[in-house]
Amino acid sequence: MKQYLLSIYQPEGTPPPEVLDRVMKEIDALQQEMRAAGAWVFSGPLHPPSTATVLRANDQDDVLVIDGPFVEAKEFLGGFEIIQAADLDEALDWGRRLATIVKGLAVEVRPFQ
Amino acid sequence: MNVEEIFRREYGRAVAVLVRTVGDIGLAEESVQDAFVEAVRRWPEDGLPPSPAGWLITTARNRAVDRLRRESTREERHQQALLLLSAPSTAPSTERSEEGPVRDDRLRLIFTCCHPALALGVRVALTLRLLGGLTTAEIARAFLVPGPTMAQRLVRAKNKIRDAGIPYRVPDDADLPARLSGVLAVVYLIFTEGHLHRPDLSAEAIRLGRLLAELMPDEPEVLGLLALMLLSESRRPARNTETGELVLLADQDRARWNQTMIAEGQTLVRACLRRDQPGPYQIQAAINAVHSAAPSTVETDWAQVIALYDQLMAVAPTPVVALNRAVAVAELSGPAEALPLVDSLDLDRYHLYHSVRANLLRRLGRASEATAAYEKALAKAANTAERNLLRRLLDL
Repeated sequence: MKQYLLSIYQPEGTPPPEVLDRVMKEIDALQQEMRAAGAWVFSGPLHPPSTATVLRANDQDDVLVIDGPFVEAKEFLGGFEIIQAADLDEALDWGRRLATIVKGLAVEVRPFQ
Repeated sequence: MNVEEIFRREYGRAVAVLVRTVGDIGLAEESVQDAFVEAVRRWPEDGLPPSPAGWLITTARNRAVDRLRRESTREERHQQALLLLSAPSTAPSTERSEEGPVRDDRLRLIFTCCHPALALGVRVALTLRLLGGLTTAEIARAFLVPGPTMAQRLVRAKNKIRDAGIPYRVPDDADLPARLSGVLAVVYLIFTEGHLHRPDLSAEAIRLGRLLAELMPDEPEVLGLLALMLLSESRRPARNTETGELVLLADQDRARWNQTMIAEGQTLVRACLRRDQPGPYQIQAAINAVHSAAPSTVETDWAQVIALYDQLMAVAPTPVVALNRAVAVAELSGPAEALPLVDSLDLDRYHLYHSVRANLLRRLGRASEATAAYEKALAKAANTAERNLLRRLLDL
C-alpha cells in the first residue's frame, strides 16, 4: 500500500455558509467511507493563510519568525486528506470523489515517499 | 538473421514481460538491453535460438537478477532478486512458455504508458519507446526536441510511474471505455504526426494498431482505428509527387493506391458495420472506405459520405467535422449550397477552413474573394508542403 496526500486548493475568502455546510457534510460522509474501506489515514481542514507563521533558520541557527503564509497566492491549501491506496488509480478514485464535492476547486494527488 | 529487426519486433514484448516480473520499468529496459547485447554477441556464433523472444526474455530476467544482486546492499532489492529466483524455472526448455502471458503484459504496458496522469506528449514518447522500441534519439528527432530533453522527459515519466504508483494493469470495466479512448488517441496522434513526412511514424502507429486489434479484438473502436489508419495510409503513394509536392484527393492517381491496405481496411470496416456499435474512428474509417471504393471523385458516393458525416456529427461534433461535411455537400449539391455552411463555422485560425472557402468561392466565380481566402490560408499554414500546394492553387 502507498500513501497519498490529497490537497484541496481554494481561493481566498470564505464560501457562502450554505455551500460550506454542504461541503463539510459531504466530506464528512466521504471520510466515513474512507474509514470503512481502510483507506483513511488522516485529514485536516486548515485555518486561512492569514493565521500562518513562517520560521526559517540561518547558518547560525537563528530562527527568524515571520507573520503570514510562506507563499502569497490567489489560491492556497485549504485542507487535505491522507489516504492509503494500492496504486494511483485507486487514489485518483478517492480524489475524484473529493473533487466532485468541492466542485471547481483543484485537488492535487501526491504520493508519499 | 537480422538482430536489429528482431530487436524492433521483440523489444516491447520483452520489456512488458520484464516490467511485470521486476516491477520497475527502468530495470526492465536495462535488462532487456543487456539481453540484446548478448544476442548480438552470441547468435552469430551459436545460431538463432528456437524461440528468440523466449531466449531474450529468459536472458533479460537473468540479467535483472544479476543487476539486483549487485545492488543488493539495498535490502529491498535483494528481496526482489530472491523472489525472481524463485519464479518459474528459467531453464532453456521453458523459453517457449515465457511467451504465454505476453499478450496481456503488452496490453498492461500500453495502459501504463497512456495513463491520463502523464502529459499527452509524454504518453506518445513512452509508447514509442517502450512498445515501439524506438530509441530516445529517434523519438527526439520525430518531435523536433533535443535528445537530452527527450531523455530527461522519459526519465521523469518513468520516475512518476514508479513513485506515484501508476498501475501496470488493464483498467476495470468501468474505467475501460475512457482509458481505451485515451490509448487510441495516442496511437492516432502518432499516426497523424507521420501523415505528411514521417512514413516511419505512421507505420509504427499501424503496428501498434494491429497489436491493439490482436489484444482487444472485441473492441469495435480499436478495429475502427486500425481501418482508418490503413485506408488513409493506402493513399500515401499517390499523395505526393516525385518532388514531394502534395496532391489533392481529387487529383490523385488512384491506380497508385495500395490495394492490400485498402482490402484489409475495408474488411475491418465491414466487420465493424456488422457489430453496429459505431464510434468516431469507425465512422471516419467508413468515410475513407467510401473514397477507397470510388474510381474517381465524380463517381464517389457523396450522399453516403454526407450520411456518415451526419453520424459523425452526432457522436463527435466538432467544427472540423462540419467543415469536412460541407466539402462533401459541395460535391453533391454544388458550392452554393456548401458556402453558407462553411461561413457559419468558427474556424478562422485553421488554414484548411480558408482553403475550402477559397475553393468554393472560385467555383462560384468570385475570383477576388477566392484569392483573398487562399492568401489567408497561406498565412496560417505552417507545413511547407501545404504552403507549396496553396501557392500553386493561388496561381491557378
